[in-house]
Amino acid sequence: MSVAITVGTYGVAFGAASVAAGFTVLQSCLFSLLTFTGASQFAAVGVVASGGAAASAVAAAALLGTRNALYGIQMAPILKVKGVRRVLAAHITIDESTGVALSQAPRGVTAMRAGFWITGTGVFVFWNIFTLLGALGAKALGNPASWGLDAAVPAAFLGLLWPRLTTNFLRVVAVVSMTFAILITPWLPAGLPIIATTVVAVGLGWRAR
Amino acid sequence: MSTTVMWIVLAATCVLCFSLKLLGHLVPEPWLANPRLQRINALIPISLLSALVVAQGVVVKTHVVIDHRLAGLAVALAALFAKAPFPVVVVAAAATSALVYHLH
Repeated sequence: MSVAITVGTYGVAFGAASVAAGFTVLQSCLFSLLTFTGASQFAAVGVVASGGAAASAVAAAALLGTRNALYGIQMAPILKVKGVRRVLAAHITIDESTGVALSQAPRGVTAMRAGFWITGTGVFVFWNIFTLLGALGAKALGNPASWGLDAAVPAAFLGLLWPRLTTNFLRVVAVVSMTFAILITPWLPAGLPIIATTVVAVGLGWRAR
Repeated sequence: MSTTVMWIVLAATCVLCFSLKLLGHLVPEPWLANPRLQRINALIPISLLSALVVAQGVVVKTHVVIDHRLAGLAVALAALFAKAPFPVVVVAAAATSALVYHLH
């Protein structure tokens, strides 16, 4: 239940951010229905909101989506599904479903499968309902700055980032990335610094620690 | 950005992100399990989210701008340090930012 409430809030935040970026309510809902991977969706609308090019928006979303491919590699041998069920499984392969499934490992493969399908489906339902509510809400509010929506979006990114900073090294990566992003902002077209900052990840991840 | 371009962003994002998910389920050999690739892949979300905080919090187009949003971000940071749940963090940031915006 607490997972559902958290997902709901992220969904509201996404719907609002998407509308604030200039997408329609329908487009915002399609993002959540068809992309269904929160960080990528936030990144795409975030780049659009900051005036970035279409290619930068899509590239940022795809880069954040690569981890779902790695989750799929982990989940496929556990789920062992084919055909339509494999396509459905792929669509709900996200942080939460994979995380819950892997946490059920001590209880056996049946519990892992149940954890994956229940979490993935549950998050899908909540994420989409709350995206719609957030999008409608933001549309009703009007000027984003007047309601603090323009600060809610970076705060949401910070909230997405925060739980990932589990070691000092990862905190260093975050601080270096932010500093790098600020430094290159005046020199690149809008939106591109977001993509360019991935060189920090490549540079610091190149060597084993 | 024109309406057409926004539809293209939406469609391309949907197709690419779904393809990545499906790719993971279809790749038979764990050839993406290269340790270096895994390390970099684990850091990419951190770098991208950090850059997005900057781009949305202190940037207007190609300029670094300090305004009401930074006040909101500072409150969000304090709330996260105080282990506040996500909704509290976002609402506190929005309320602070809106307040500073209207005071100016």
